[in-house]
Amino acid sequence: MSAGIDLENVCCDFGTFRAVDNANVSIRPGEFFSFLGPSGCGKTTILRMVSGFIEPTQGVIRIGGEDVRGKRPNQRPTALIFQNLALFPLMPIWENISFGLEVRGVDKATRRKKAEDLLQLVDLPGAADKMVSQLSGGQKQRVAIARALAVEPQVMLLDEPLSALDLKLRQHMRAELRAIQQRTGVTFIYITHDQGEALAMSDRVGVMSQGSIQQIADPREIYNNPVNGFVASFVGENNVFQGEVQHAAAGMASFTTPHGQFRARLGDLSGKIGKLYVRPEHTIITATPAAENSVPVTVSDISFEGSFIAVHATSDTGAHLTSELRNDGSATVPEKGVRVHMSFDPARAAILPDANVRG
Amino acid sequence: MHKFRQNLAHLYMLLFLVFLLAPLVVMSGAAFNDSKLPSVVPWRGFTTMWFSEMIRDERMMLAFANTLWVAAAVALLAVVVGTAAAIMVNSISGRLRTILYGMMISTILIPGVVIGISTMILWTKMGNAMGTEFFLFNPGLHLSVLGQVSYIAAMVMLLVLARLQSFDSGLEEAALDLGASHAQVMRRILLPHLYPAIAAGAAVAFFQSIENFNVTQFTRGGSDTLTVYVFSKVRSGITPTINALAFLLICVTLVLAVLYEINRRRRARIEAAREAEARRAEEAALL
Amino acid sequence: MQDLIRRYGPGLTLLMGLLVAFWLVMLVIVPNITLFEQSFRPYLPVVEVGGPKDTYSLNNYLKVFDGNVDRSFLGFEFSIPVHVLTFWLTIFYSMVVTFLCFLLAYPLAYYMAKIVNPRSLPTLILMLFIPLWVSEVLRAFAWWIILAFKGPLNALLLGLGLIEDPIRWTNMGYTGVVIGLIYTYVLFMLFPIYNAIQSLDTNQIEAAEDLGAPWWKIHWRIVLPHSKPGIASGSVMVFMLSAGSLLVPSILGSTTSQWFTQTIDQWFKDALDWNTASAYAFLLLLLCTVFVTIAMRLFRVKLSDIAK
Repeated sequence: MSAGIDLENVCCDFGTFRAVDNANVSIRPGEFFSFLGPSGCGKTTILRMVSGFIEPTQGVIRIGGEDVRGKRPNQRPTALIFQNLALFPLMPIWENISFGLEVRGVDKATRRKKAEDLLQLVDLPGAADKMVSQLSGGQKQRVAIARALAVEPQVMLLDEPLSALDLKLRQHMRAELRAIQQRTGVTFIYITHDQGEALAMSDRVGVMSQGSIQQIADPREIYNNPVNGFVASFVGENNVFQGEVQHAAAGMASFTTPHGQFRARLGDLSGKIGKLYVRPEHTIITATPAAENSVPVTVSDISFEGSFIAVHATSDTGAHLTSELRNDGSATVPEKGVRVHMSFDPARAAILPDANVRG
Repeated sequence: MHKFRQNLAHLYMLLFLVFLLAPLVVMSGAAFNDSKLPSVVPWRGFTTMWFSEMIRDERMMLAFANTLWVAAAVALLAVVVGTAAAIMVNSISGRLRTILYGMMISTILIPGVVIGISTMILWTKMGNAMGTEFFLFNPGLHLSVLGQVSYIAAMVMLLVLARLQSFDSGLEEAALDLGASHAQVMRRILLPHLYPAIAAGAAVAFFQSIENFNVTQFTRGGSDTLTVYVFSKVRSGITPTINALAFLLICVTLVLAVLYEINRRRRARIEAAREAEARRAEEAALL
Repeated sequence: MQDLIRRYGPGLTLLMGLLVAFWLVMLVIVPNITLFEQSFRPYLPVVEVGGPKDTYSLNNYLKVFDGNVDRSFLGFEFSIPVHVLTFWLTIFYSMVVTFLCFLLAYPLAYYMAKIVNPRSLPTLILMLFIPLWVSEVLRAFAWWIILAFKGPLNALLLGLGLIEDPIRWTNMGYTGVVIGLIYTYVLFMLFPIYNAIQSLDTNQIEAAEDLGAPWWKIHWRIVLPHSKPGIASGSVMVFMLSAGSLLVPSILGSTTSQWFTQTIDQWFKDALDWNTASAYAFLLLLLCTVFVTIAMRLFRVKLSDIAK
């Protein structure tokens, strides 16, 4: 059983501060949906509104088509996984998992059985009688998920649950979470500030900034076709050029910058000033100038990052630009101090406005 | 030089312990001295007669029973009130919190004499005004209980509040989210976390009540508690039965202290073993 | 308040509110207001209460100034009302007790926080706590035995040849009272200071040592300032407990060591004049309030720091 969630024109104010501004999103049943944004962008507020700990100031929230305004957290078909997991330290694991059943008056034998089944599901058999303090970070994670699943929620809400883990474990748990979601078919709403997490796990991602949802799309679209500068720079690295749009036609435009004339895709500026964004891995370094979109630069530093090599360069006007070369031996890495040309494909660069926030 | 100062410090510690514990040893010793006056010098020979005499002292036994029920009542009331006050103070903020908290802790600083007299006057005047003979409004140990609770509750409150500081209120939200009612959250999540502090509070309240003299002295009417009885004995003619009593109380205290220490060490060992297991699991996961 | 309801629901919030209200209103505020009100009424037989003689006046407070005694101090001869004298002597000797407790407790607190092996600390604290669990009256009684004319202290000093004749300890003015109060309350000074010093980063002491500071300078410039809140809290506790103590002065006092609480006790229990006892009790409360306020100003700490 899983339910979809609809937010219609949802706003949330704390005093004079507007934490969430006019959020509209429709999350499908069984979907893995992530809200991605920096801390303070309002993503946790959205989660707490869906779970029922805070009420929206305006707008409607529907879970499975039903308006849930005024319903308390324990009356909603949602289960929340807290950032610090909030496992009950004084109860053994199986009581933790079956707590939601205990308060519903389910008898002990049934609860115990259910707890053990769920431990099986999250790949932690035999831990039923352990205490919370006996588990590693990753194991606690699984217990938290099992506890949330025990009440058979239609929607799981996860508030940065991986943030306390080591890098390696975090990557392992991403796959694990995704697998559990697929196995159970429950709708997952996932909150994170880690773009890698959001892109790797989600069916769709909603990028947020200062209370507003900037873009909702699948991970590939978010990365390759960001709608504005905020999305482009929050999700991945960019070289940014300031300038002026000229000759716009058929989705392409030429862009005049101090570095010269560039050609790139034209985003939806809606009358606002645009900047040109191009990702470091979409640039090419050559000894001679390319036919178009080419900037002469001096290599200032080379940093070896493992799977790729970052070339840091300075243009004649003093701008810092970066190019990333794959470490597969196909590209020649220039020497430090050498003069080269950096160029990019017009289809891979975009002219975008800044973030969509209220003036 | 450093070594010398360190030894000096150890010596000072030792002297301080002697200063603290020697009076208790002297007092206990006098319980076994075959002398009409409670003292260890001159030593007139070993006897246990003061213990048997103590058992025969009916007033003392009655005072002992009174002390126990007063202390139990104080512990119960102070724990209930103090815990409620701590939870309340912990989840309000701003001016109201400052005022409430300030009033609560200032009760610890009010002299016992003042508490005793004010409690006594209020309840007896109230009885007079209503023209009732109901026991609540007459002097007696029940007024001692009320007077003692007025400041002992603050001690319990401080202990529980300290424990609340280490409580993650996210656990309450998690329980609510899993469908628990407010009463279930209180019973299954919050109170279990507070039990160590509540137990400590009950113990402190119990001992504070036994030890209380000032409040009891002014409110007790004609009844005795152990403290009041010992006091009157010390002022009038005294026999070493008091020492016999003191010796027994010290023994009880020592046994309780040792039990507490053993329990503390056992818990520390268990917790350390659990953390070690968690660390091993962590390392295993990273391989 | 809203947070409270959100966390515990309206029912439990109401219950907790009622419990706290019972405590603060019925056990603290109303009794003290009654005490204050009664202190301005005359002491009358029951039948005359509420009658024409039952009017408010300051007479009960003015009784403090009845009956002068002659005293000399530093060669000055003066005459002073006996209760005023008792009042000042109570304050003076409570301060002496507080100061001596500080002198005794500070080195030990430092020792416990920074020198002793941390593994033996719990046992040490447990041993220190034992006298605290034995009731106050028994502790005073223990010193009554020790200080007796034919008691163990005189026997020990005689045996060591330190004195030639036994000393009447309990007949030397306030000596017995001061010793008894120190013994009874020194731990209330020790633990707050210990807590304060414990929170001092040992690196600071080592850094000062490394920079060549002598030990007294380390204490004067680093440890002592850091332990100020603990000292304030300990001093307030010891002073209040000493000034408010009735047991120790009654058991260990001499014929010349009247304590202010004893005067209150006499009004209440011997003269049965509850109204004058109220007035005196109110004076004691006032004294304590003033002392706490001054201590808080002096040490720049808040009430909440003292109660730790």
